[in-house]
Amino acid sequence: MSSAAVATTDAGAPVDLDNIRIDYPDGPAAQIDLKVDPGEIVMLLGPSGCGKSTILRALAGLQPIAAGAARIDGLVHNGPEAHCAMVFQEDALLPWRTARRNVEFALAMRGVPRRERKQLALALLDQVGLTPFADHLPKQLSGGMRQRVQLARTLAAEPRVLLMDEPFGALDAQTRLDMQELLVSVWQQRRTTVLFVTHDVEEALLLADRVVVLTPRPARVARIVAVARPRDPDAQLHPEFALQGKEILALLGHGQFPSH
Amino acid sequence: MTTTQERALPAVPVAEAPPIERVHPSPGRGGLAAVASRSLPIVPIVGAVLVWHLLTRYDVIAWVRFDKIPGPLDVYHSLRVQLETAEFRQHVVSSLRRILSGFALASLVGVVVGIGIGRSKVVAALLRPLIEIARPIPAIALVPLAILLFPTSEQGIVFITFFAAVFPVTVATIHAMKTLPLVWMDAASTLGARRRQVLFHIVLPGAMPAIFSGLSVSMGVAWICVISAEMISGQFGVGYWTWMSYSLLDYSGVVAGMLTIGAMGFTTSWLIERLGRRVNRWLPGEAR
Ligand SMILES: Nc1ncnc2c1ncn2[C@@H]1O[C@H](COP(=O)(O)OP(=O)(O)OP(=O)(O)O)[C@@H](O)[C@H]1O
Ligand SMILES: [Mg+2]
Repeated sequence: MSSAAVATTDAGAPVDLDNIRIDYPDGPAAQIDLKVDPGEIVMLLGPSGCGKSTILRALAGLQPIAAGAARIDGLVHNGPEAHCAMVFQEDALLPWRTARRNVEFALAMRGVPRRERKQLALALLDQVGLTPFADHLPKQLSGGMRQRVQLARTLAAEPRVLLMDEPFGALDAQTRLDMQELLVSVWQQRRTTVLFVTHDVEEALLLADRVVVLTPRPARVARIVAVARPRDPDAQLHPEFALQGKEILALLGHGQFPSH
Repeated sequence: MTTTQERALPAVPVAEAPPIERVHPSPGRGGLAAVASRSLPIVPIVGAVLVWHLLTRYDVIAWVRFDKIPGPLDVYHSLRVQLETAEFRQHVVSSLRRILSGFALASLVGVVVGIGIGRSKVVAALLRPLIEIARPIPAIALVPLAILLFPTSEQGIVFITFFAAVFPVTVATIHAMKTLPLVWMDAASTLGARRRQVLFHIVLPGAMPAIFSGLSVSMGVAWICVISAEMISGQFGVGYWTWMSYSLLDYSGVVAGMLTIGAMGFTTSWLIERLGRRVNRWLPGEAR
């Protein structure tokens, strides 16, 4: 509501994966047909090695698409696009830059004037709770802290599509909750389209509008679960939550015997 | 040959024994172990100088002949005298100027060519074979050509130094291009970095550790070449001066020249090492 003015220019872009196939030399890694609405949060779930990272990389323009077309905001892109920033599963910080300078790098690439970068970077680091560590090199930070710096850096790019590859996997429960809240609050301000890979069914149900469950490699859409109460803090108290969780686990091959 | 050599050796431990015993029992208050470990590097140095002194003082002749070799005191004297003279300092400056121009040029060309080869298939196809042909040629074998090619021997010497120093940097840089983690480049390009920005913000800083290890190798071979080239064709420089001293039978001068070259080599390597540590202090192994 309050973000109506922002929404017109900065809001999330629609993403249309029109029957795309992504290949590695040893065969196809993913075959996906999926439409994501502007400002929607879609969680991708699937077994390890099924091709989740590959799909995000293709969307970020880092991986060639063998067939079909990926359209962002209606445009087929070839090559990395600034409006599709990505939080990588692996450690993607520049090790020679401090936390603050890593965030400033994203600001610089976005064209923010030099004078304004420091303040903005510090504000973003504050959001992820890393103010005291602004001047630390990545090697002096824990894995979870580095992941949070990456989140701050990615947000600094103000992307219209946010690709997140298991960003909170290395965090403790409390920090993880904080980061999820942060993501939701950033999303509420900017209505960024989010494609989020996770292994955590609960996380998926808490954050998503829709949960896309993928098959083992090559990743195909096994099922799309529309979340009953997206981002409702009390969602967990409702029976649908547990049911949907069970349904997803069953698809992933865990709860094969949903007897009760 | 080996048997005569072995016969000469017993003189060494006999001469070396006393200083070791004299250095060790000097227990300070900071603990015997600390004193011992701090004085440990000095022991072999003092020992070597003492052996040198004794061998030359008594003109030992045992297959190798020390009768014409100057002793440490002669050399010290010669060095003191030379360092006072403007002429000698001029020679030092000449050598330094040559090595620094050759080395700077080699660093620049090596890094640029290395990045080009490492990042562009076309540049690699163009330059790789040429480099592989030229690389095995010892730079010093180019002296005759350099004399013919260049109007002054000055330029020839810088060219030879450049030729020697350029390959280690180039090879190290090419190697660095292959080992850069792709995720750095991926992250930068999803943040909107263009090719140029990736080059200056990711590739160059990320390759610095490898580049610096190439640079320290280059500095070593650059000194070898500067000095040899000066000895063969120079009119100035410490190499030339050292060779001249030999021709003039000033053997203390020869050793003084050697030590000067050693000191300059040590200083330049140390500077590169320091600079490298500063630039690459983000490496996991470097304490901050
Ligand atoms: N660069 C590559 N070259 C060849 N094959 C690759 C490459 N990267 C990934 N693969 C293969 O593609 C498949 C999908 O990999 P991907 O990284 O997308 O999996 P993922 O779903 O993200 O797994 P995880 O949940 O463990 O992160 C895997 O079988 C992997 O072996
Ligand atoms: Mg992955």
